Amino acid sequence: MPSGYRSPTAKPMSFIWTRRIVLTLIAIFAALPVYVMISTSLKPLQDVTGKFQWIPGHLTLRPYVDIWHTVPLARYFVNSTIVSAAATGLSVLIAVFAAYAVSRYKFKGKRIFTITVLSTQMFPGILFLLPLFLIFVNIGNATGIALYGSRAGLIITYLTFSLPFSIWMLAGYMESIPKGLDEAAMVDGCGPLGALFRVVIPAAVPGIVAVAVYAFMTAWSEVLFASVMTNETTRTLAVGLRGYSTQYDVYWNQVMAASLVVSVPVVAGFLLLQRYLVTGLTAGAVK
Amino acid sequence: MAATTGTTAPSQGEDSVPGSARARKKPRRSYSVGRSAVPYLLVLPALLMELLIHLVPMVVGVVMSFKELTQFYIRNWGAAPWKGLGNYRVAVDFNGAIGHALLHSFLITCAFTVLAVGFSWLLGTTAAILMQDAFRGRGFLRALFMTPYALPIYASVIIWAFMLQHDNGLVNHVLHDQLHLSDKPAFWLIGNNSFVSLVVVSVWRNWPFALLVIMAGMQNIPDELYEASAIDGAGIWQQIRRITMPSLRPINQVLVLVLFLWTFNDFNVPYVLFGQSAPPAGDLISIHIYQASFLTWNFGSGSAMSVLLLLFLLVVTTVYLAFTSLRGRRTSNA
Repeated sequence: MPSGYRSPTAKPMSFIWTRRIVLTLIAIFAALPVYVMISTSLKPLQDVTGKFQWIPGHLTLRPYVDIWHTVPLARYFVNSTIVSAAATGLSVLIAVFAAYAVSRYKFKGKRIFTITVLSTQMFPGILFLLPLFLIFVNIGNATGIALYGSRAGLIITYLTFSLPFSIWMLAGYMESIPKGLDEAAMVDGCGPLGALFRVVIPAAVPGIVAVAVYAFMTAWSEVLFASVMTNETTRTLAVGLRGYSTQYDVYWNQVMAASLVVSVPVVAGFLLLQRYLVTGLTAGAVK
Repeated sequence: MAATTGTTAPSQGEDSVPGSARARKKPRRSYSVGRSAVPYLLVLPALLMELLIHLVPMVVGVVMSFKELTQFYIRNWGAAPWKGLGNYRVAVDFNGAIGHALLHSFLITCAFTVLAVGFSWLLGTTAAILMQDAFRGRGFLRALFMTPYALPIYASVIIWAFMLQHDNGLVNHVLHDQLHLSDKPAFWLIGNNSFVSLVVVSVWRNWPFALLVIMAGMQNIPDELYEASAIDGAGIWQQIRRITMPSLRPINQVLVLVLFLWTFNDFNVPYVLFGQSAPPAGDLISIHIYQASFLTWNFGSGSAMSVLLLLFLLVVTTVYLAFTSLRGRRTSNA
């Protein structure tokens, strides 16, 4: 990334050595668990239950085969993908309209709206968990619509954190897009929606991507709602990984292999789109 | 990150007088005066959703907190008997068992939050300052540093739970077997050490976010400031103290607030690290409320605790925002 460079005012050797030592230590701290995950996932079970081995004695890919049978990992994968994608798509869709209104229009109640959205960000998830649980159970009893335990129910609960975040970030990002752009489109005969779709959304792509990646990651990682609001068929990865611990044994090598497999999509997505994320954060949050 | 409210604030006065001379004087900006229904239609879906996912549950939550809501009434919570302020009285009665445990959990959470946020910020700032200039391998290091943050929380915390195992964990292997720092292998997931484990895991996970935000903030510091100060003979330490840190102040104010709220409300790290019942030294407030609600099935009591937690966070946030005069600073910058 070329941005952030500054003209090379030469640094003294003391600074360069401090940099080397400190960054090496931090790198070890950051990478250690990743190394443990990868190396353990390649060990047979008997090598994992004893003393920790830095270098795997016997390499095997067996855990990567077994993870799919020990627990229904594929099903959890599908559940997590559907729930995370739906929550992300829904919140970004709703947020784009709201953010456009907040960044471009003055209207009564705007301040209350933005403050409300902002403040719900800081509410603990546990605050919404109990009431939503009761509401879902009672809706199920009254109407027969089973929200509790269903994917739809989980998607709704995920909106409690992804929607305010999306509105907040996107509004900030759209503020940074020159208003002259869509004003010109309006002069040329676009309506407000035309200006939004033809000018503002294309210009806001980095912000939208950043928000979407972030919302997806958060949903993919979510533990609290997932452990209460799912059942055997709708269970997500966050809860499903617990299945590798039995009463007698923890299949640590399989736990690590499965952790790696579920991490690859989000880590790859995050690292690939990091550039957008920084842009989105800079414009949307840091401004 | 509080950009929206800050930047929209100054425009408030104008739309309240739509017919006045001042509004008529600006025909070019007529579309932004908003006498039409367009902005309301745009906000409507978000408004309905906010109502459904935030407002209704909050009202229900507050109502629940005044009720004697045990497992017998889960299926029909409207029928649960009223308890008035009873749940609150029990929660703040620090001599009673429930209140005492809640206070303990609250204090543990405060200590945990101060340490975890402090170290995350310190590590993020240090790394960001060291990585401000280009050097070989910077891109690789950046990706490496971001990895803990990109990993799904449960996956990364499970790895730590494995590393902290008493018998077959890496931490005891290194500290005891290889470095001989302790007489016998320590327990890291039960007892007092579990607090240390929580802080370490939380810092490991959250500091990359601090790094990301601070690096983004550093991009906005003009190079000329450094060049001019270098010509004037300022050393690196002086540049950090006089240029970098003051320029980062607005962003640090937001960053610390966000980290505080996330860390204070964190459920994932303790839940995955310890399971449903955390050891007393690692009994963070979210876990505590979860246990009070779902393990003892006392939803009324759990709701009262949630409301108290929310009130505490609101007070702290308001005081913090007033103290750092965040909003005033933001509007003047915008």
